[in-house]
Amino acid sequence: MQKIGPRLTAAVAAKALLTISVFAYFNIRGERESLLAEAERHANQLSEVVKADTEYDMMLNHRDRIRESIRRVGSQQGIQRIRVMNKAGAVIYSSDPAEVGTTIDKNAESCYRCHSAGSPIERLDRKDRTRVFRPQPASPRLLGIINPIYNAPPCWSAACHAHPKKQVVLGVLDVSLSLADIDRNIRKGEAAIIVFAVTAILALSVVIGFFVRRWVSRPVRELLKATREVAGGNLGYTIQEQGDDELGALALSFNAMTQKLAEARLQLFQSDKLASLGRLAAGVAHEINNPLTAVLTYSSFLSKRSQDQPRMQEDLKVIVRETIRCRDIVKSLLDFARQSVPRKGEADLNEVVRRAASVIENQLSLGHVKLALELDPDLPKATVDANQLQQVFVNLMVNAADAIGPAGGGITVTTSAASLPPAGITQIKKAVCPKRHSLIDDKVRIDGKSALRLKARSSGQESFVFLNPTYGVRDRRHGLPEAADGRLQYACPECSTSLTAAGAACPECGSAAYEFEVPGKGLVEGCGRRDCGWQRWPEVDGSGRRQYVEVKVRDTGCGIPKELLPKLFEPFSSTKGQKGTGLGLAVTWGIIDNHEGTIAVESEVGAGTTFVVRIPVRI
Amino acid sequence: MTKTERRILVVDDEPVITLAVQRVCAEEGLRVDTAGSAAEGFALLEKRAYGLIISDIMMAGVDGFDLLLRVASQGIATPVVMVTGFSTVENAVRSMASGAVDFIPKPFTVEELIAVVRRGLRHGELMAKARAAERSHPARPVFTPCPRGCRRLGTMSWVRPDAEGTALAGLCDPFCKTVAGLRRLELAPAGGEVVQGGRFATVVAVDSLAHGAMAPVSGRILEVNARAEARPALVEEDPYGQGWLYRVLPSEPGRELERLISCSSGL
Repeated sequence: MQKIGPRLTAAVAAKALLTISVFAYFNIRGERESLLAEAERHANQLSEVVKADTEYDMMLNHRDRIRESIRRVGSQQGIQRIRVMNKAGAVIYSSDPAEVGTTIDKNAESCYRCHSAGSPIERLDRKDRTRVFRPQPASPRLLGIINPIYNAPPCWSAACHAHPKKQVVLGVLDVSLSLADIDRNIRKGEAAIIVFAVTAILALSVVIGFFVRRWVSRPVRELLKATREVAGGNLGYTIQEQGDDELGALALSFNAMTQKLAEARLQLFQSDKLASLGRLAAGVAHEINNPLTAVLTYSSFLSKRSQDQPRMQEDLKVIVRETIRCRDIVKSLLDFARQSVPRKGEADLNEVVRRAASVIENQLSLGHVKLALELDPDLPKATVDANQLQQVFVNLMVNAADAIGPAGGGITVTTSAASLPPAGITQIKKAVCPKRHSLIDDKVRIDGKSALRLKARSSGQESFVFLNPTYGVRDRRHGLPEAADGRLQYACPECSTSLTAAGAACPECGSAAYEFEVPGKGLVEGCGRRDCGWQRWPEVDGSGRRQYVEVKVRDTGCGIPKELLPKLFEPFSSTKGQKGTGLGLAVTWGIIDNHEGTIAVESEVGAGTTFVVRIPVRI
Repeated sequence: MTKTERRILVVDDEPVITLAVQRVCAEEGLRVDTAGSAAEGFALLEKRAYGLIISDIMMAGVDGFDLLLRVASQGIATPVVMVTGFSTVENAVRSMASGAVDFIPKPFTVEELIAVVRRGLRHGELMAKARAAERSHPARPVFTPCPRGCRRLGTMSWVRPDAEGTALAGLCDPFCKTVAGLRRLELAPAGGEVVQGGRFATVVAVDSLAHGAMAPVSGRILEVNARAEARPALVEEDPYGQGWLYRVLPSEPGRELERLISCSSGL
């Protein structure tokens, strides 16, 4: 696999190499040109000086003085050669005495410029008069400049009559300078620039490599590792904090995604469990109802026919009554699996508790358990399904007896009237957005109740928020990562219609409030801030305190460990091992919930457990 | 009433059930034929006419719903009562929508069975009377017709949604007429809830038998008709008007109303 870090580094280095090379090329060329131009100017000046210096001697035809002058100047350092040639190409004077008297071919480098085009050119620019050449391939470069010596009146009018009047150019002064020093300087400059370029590219690569590794390679490697972990099934894997850039944001949303995946998997598991419970209940109901039909018809039939035998009829009535109770239990199991509603009528809960007690009295006395009933004689009647509640109390008392064990102990059942405010008790069972989409999520349960699901937005991020459906309870679960801003905007998860309440603000913290409708029961408002849980439900608040019947079942048993309490009312969470089905408290919870009641538990390991059931007097 | 109409057919794959029904009905002076499967039931239906068929729903092979549809498609006028050990709301609603006259969950008491049997037999008789009346005096129907705008659960209960999103609900005329004289109504309290196919009202007849009616729609009860509760005869006199039972706030009107029969014609 090609790695992204080295690739990025190589790309940056290649770009730097290209830029620096182009820069170096033009820099070296510019320097070379300016040095050469300076040498040219210097050579021209020298040739003009020599010409001016010898002019007077030439007029007077002082040949020895001219020769001496040229020799002296030509011996200066950096001057390769100075010579004067006549029109025919014969060298008349030269700093190199061996050359004097020789004739130069008109095609030689010093003559070519003027003599190439048939008749000789008589005037040339300075640029055309200079030339750079190497006498031998191995020798250093030379700069040559020719300076024509023009005819002047003193030249033809002098006494010596040396030159005819018609001649324009009398001869040429040729000066050659060595370029060895300049070439050395150019080579030095080139070397310095190459060293700079290589150093710069190497340093850049190291720096880029370091940051690429830190900002790209390492987060990408961490992300890759995380995706492999998650693909391998480890949904609990989270990526460490990664800074505030895009990769950091990617890591955060990756964490949020895996968290939601984990939740979804848990919900799937939970709903699968409930579905199996439903199938089990349906199967049990079907199988048990046939034999129960026979028992019920025959016993009620016998009871009808034994009207002349009162004692036998009494016994048969017990069979009929208890078979009907069996029927109701099976039905409630089915109802629980389908979350159906109970069959209610006005009933005295003291009487229901007494009936429940009489059902298990024998069982309790066998187990050395003393049952005490402390019933409030002024208890108001409540609208309940008496059979279902009897089942609840039998269930709680059987649990209590099981907790007490063979050593014996006591169970106390207390009834009393209670008046409670709606907040903290009333469950929001239906909630809709302005477009009538339900906000209740049956798959997510908080305290065993279907949660309210809203979509929350915060600084560009979106997630679900699950609210505890009990009005006034400050408990919500967020899908957004902790880093998100505390202020959230809520919307319907179905249609994304905003739930932000126009103009309303939380009276506790001043944040924008959300609102949704409970069909038939008005609007519920709540604070949008993450850590504020303020809620208001005017319709329910306005109805004031509600009357409840409170039934406490207290035992002196072994108690329930704290860590088991949150899952107590979920199906199949039995702590009794082989003794229980794990359905008892789940069915109990379902029945109480159907009565809009509440059940709470307080327990201390070794000291005992108290279950508190509250049922509203009127629904 | 002829002798053949006092004969009942019981179809159930559990012999203990057919036997128990036979024992109870014999005490009522009824003749009972039993069948262990739907196929056996059909064979008996071809041989003679019955006043009532009581059929289990969950049977191996041809089930109770198939039997119900075949009875209807063959033009057999005999009322059918569905029985099941798997009493779901869906089964109840489907039974009524498919033409059953009643639905009783197992297990049942002798009183419950007798109430259903008597009501079923009476239903058959009244239907025969209604068919005869339609031929002779079309202007004077035996049953008060269910008015337009209502939807009914079989011939048991009706619901009439209004523009405000609430609905009135009550008992159908055939149900009231098959109960041998309405003596008392046991209704759910206002604020309570009803579930489609679940318990709606209990009608106690003059012979002290209690007849349960199933709700046509689910929802919260907003108001109970106190006049009908105080004077049950009102329901018999004007079942679709003054004799309504509840004003409800339907919880799932769309899906539930679709399952009901539109009262545009007949009954």
